[in-house]
Amino acid sequence: MRTMLFAKHKALPLAAVGIALLMAGCEGPPPQSTQYPYSYRGVGQNAFVNPRILAKLHEANVAPESLAPAVPIPVAAGSVYQNLQVLGDVSITEFTRQMSAIAEWIVPKDQWVNGQGCVYCHDLNNMAADTKYQKVVARSMIKMTKRANVDWQAHVAPTGVTCYTCHRGQPIPKYVWTTNPGEKPHTSGYVGNQNRLSAVTAYTSLPFDPLTTYFDKEAVIALTPPTAVAPFHPKTVNTKNAEGTYALMNYISRSLGVGCNHCHNSRQFADWAQSSPQRVKGWYAIRMVREANKNFILPLTDIIPAVNKGPLGDPKRIGCETCHQGVNKPLFGAEMAKDYPALLTPPATAPAAPAAAPAAAEPAPAQVEAVPASEPKVTGLAGTAAGVM
Amino acid sequence: MAEYQNIFTAVQIRGPAYPGVPHDEGQRDRIGKPFFNYWVGKIGDSQIGPIYLGTTGVLSVLCGFIALFIIGFNMGASVGYSPMKFFQQFFWLALEPPNAEYGLHIPPLAKGGWWLITGFFLTTSILLWWVRTYRRAVALGTGTHMAWAFASAIWLYLVIGFIRPLLMGSWSEAPPFGIFPHLDWTSAFSIAYGNLYYNPFHMLSIAFLYGSALLFAMHAGTILSVTRYGGDREIDQIVDRGTAAERAALFWRWTMGFNASMESIHRWAYWFSVLVVITGGIGILLTGTVVDNWYLWGIKHGLVPPYPITGVPVPDPASLPGAL
Repeated sequence: MRTMLFAKHKALPLAAVGIALLMAGCEGPPPQSTQYPYSYRGVGQNAFVNPRILAKLHEANVAPESLAPAVPIPVAAGSVYQNLQVLGDVSITEFTRQMSAIAEWIVPKDQWVNGQGCVYCHDLNNMAADTKYQKVVARSMIKMTKRANVDWQAHVAPTGVTCYTCHRGQPIPKYVWTTNPGEKPHTSGYVGNQNRLSAVTAYTSLPFDPLTTYFDKEAVIALTPPTAVAPFHPKTVNTKNAEGTYALMNYISRSLGVGCNHCHNSRQFADWAQSSPQRVKGWYAIRMVREANKNFILPLTDIIPAVNKGPLGDPKRIGCETCHQGVNKPLFGAEMAKDYPALLTPPATAPAAPAAAPAAAEPAPAQVEAVPASEPKVTGLAGTAAGVM
Repeated sequence: MAEYQNIFTAVQIRGPAYPGVPHDEGQRDRIGKPFFNYWVGKIGDSQIGPIYLGTTGVLSVLCGFIALFIIGFNMGASVGYSPMKFFQQFFWLALEPPNAEYGLHIPPLAKGGWWLITGFFLTTSILLWWVRTYRRAVALGTGTHMAWAFASAIWLYLVIGFIRPLLMGSWSEAPPFGIFPHLDWTSAFSIAYGNLYYNPFHMLSIAFLYGSALLFAMHAGTILSVTRYGGDREIDQIVDRGTAAERAALFWRWTMGFNASMESIHRWAYWFSVLVVITGGIGILLTGTVVDNWYLWGIKHGLVPPYPITGVPVPDPASLPGAL
């Protein structure tokens, strides 16, 4: 006797539905690949771009028209207005133009009063007063922007950044982060902040808050041993730390909309000689973000209202995604900053926070938080000297 | 024609249920009344039962369930026992080994103690099941090939989860119990030790793995294709070669100049499959204990293919003046 689970006329549509469901997870149309210029042919170091997704990104990442240039009047704004701590040396016309631009970039139109956005930060009865916390925050943010444009050219040059690079018309940029403490485990069996469904690590099960670990705490990112043969003791590698680095790299990859080989040769991630020049940009970017959060955002913790903070009471901080928003060059490389000279010069007076040159202010990249400073640092130097890393 | 290209079994034998050959103690401990299932017959023997678990089998299943329950409850605890989150994030959840700071010490339950307990029960379960496969083979008077094949898989399991962490002096080097987490661990492990693809034992393991799949397809295809000439009696044909064996041999001799025999193909398959895990285990055992960076090891021994770097090599920013 022959029995069939489904009659033939039913089986065909059912199979079609099944195949359609399977295909629903696919991405179409097929992505295009281009070999990276720094790479050797045939080793798979290609950029993959899906034209459909790229078109959407282009729609979502458009720089606004620059405001008309200011009439050059050689009168410093600081000689006219009071309490100008960072923009005092800018000409009065450029200063006014910059303020208008900031209102356009930061304040949503529904919060404008009488056709102007000034009120979001300013006390209209006394424009100079620091009564609103938003104005104090804005000052720190202007310092941060200037700092990035002046001292972090290794990362942002030649395009530079403006408030719009992150803010995109919102008072708080969309892609900011706070420390994620995870859920409180009810009983036990819970090691490490990992193994959750998390967009931060591009939906891997890796540690879900690499930003606190590597941006706040300056934990070691480099992990691959610089020697072929393992020392008997101590063991230099820690697979769990590798998971942490891997999580951070997934965050960067997702933030920039690129794969690992945008920066690395995946046959040896650690090897600088086989890496792309973008990896150097990324190295400086990580240090820039650490400094920006430490010097310009975390000091504002006390004046920011709790509603704009994370569950642990920490302010919303910047990361790669804050500017990049899925694009390897923010706003597809639109050169906005060159039209706003006020953001391209050092602050008129020294910033309150000690901000030395980036290289000097920056701790060694391979410094482990848990290791006392007296211990020898593990760096890629040995490998570089050997000519293989 | 199409009859010979079925996905499912074409023949189902139905007769009085057969309890199996008597072993040295007759039919003792074989429990359950056998019955037949048509759909099971599509992929195997349609007779279900009787079953035999015995002492080692019962203990093994018990230990296995204890391990599963501990893993499950730890996964549940990590999402606050929310059934919704448990199912939504099931593939992401895991029971992690202790952090490196505990070395080989026993941490509190919440800090990896549960992982150690789970490892104990799972390992006990697997080892008891091995004893069972060995003893069943002896009781049935067969060779113990299956037990030794299983033992080679256990070797890889023990190297990854127990022996290597012992040699490294830290439980933290062992993988977690979880679906995606153990896969992400595998990637992180490879990256941390300088790319496992340059580990020659990993290469051997992959070659045997893919080779096993190839041999499996070749053998299955050969036997199915000569079944019409009695090729399904392949073991008989080791010593009593018939036209099926001759045709199968001729096919391969004509297509690749060499053929296995009805006996040797089974030895090929057996050794290819057990060598997957034997070589794999050696490769993992050497990682971090003897070799720290497989890529640099490959450079040292001329294994890594060099290719020209186009443009100016990028310097390590940490090595530049002023960086430290």
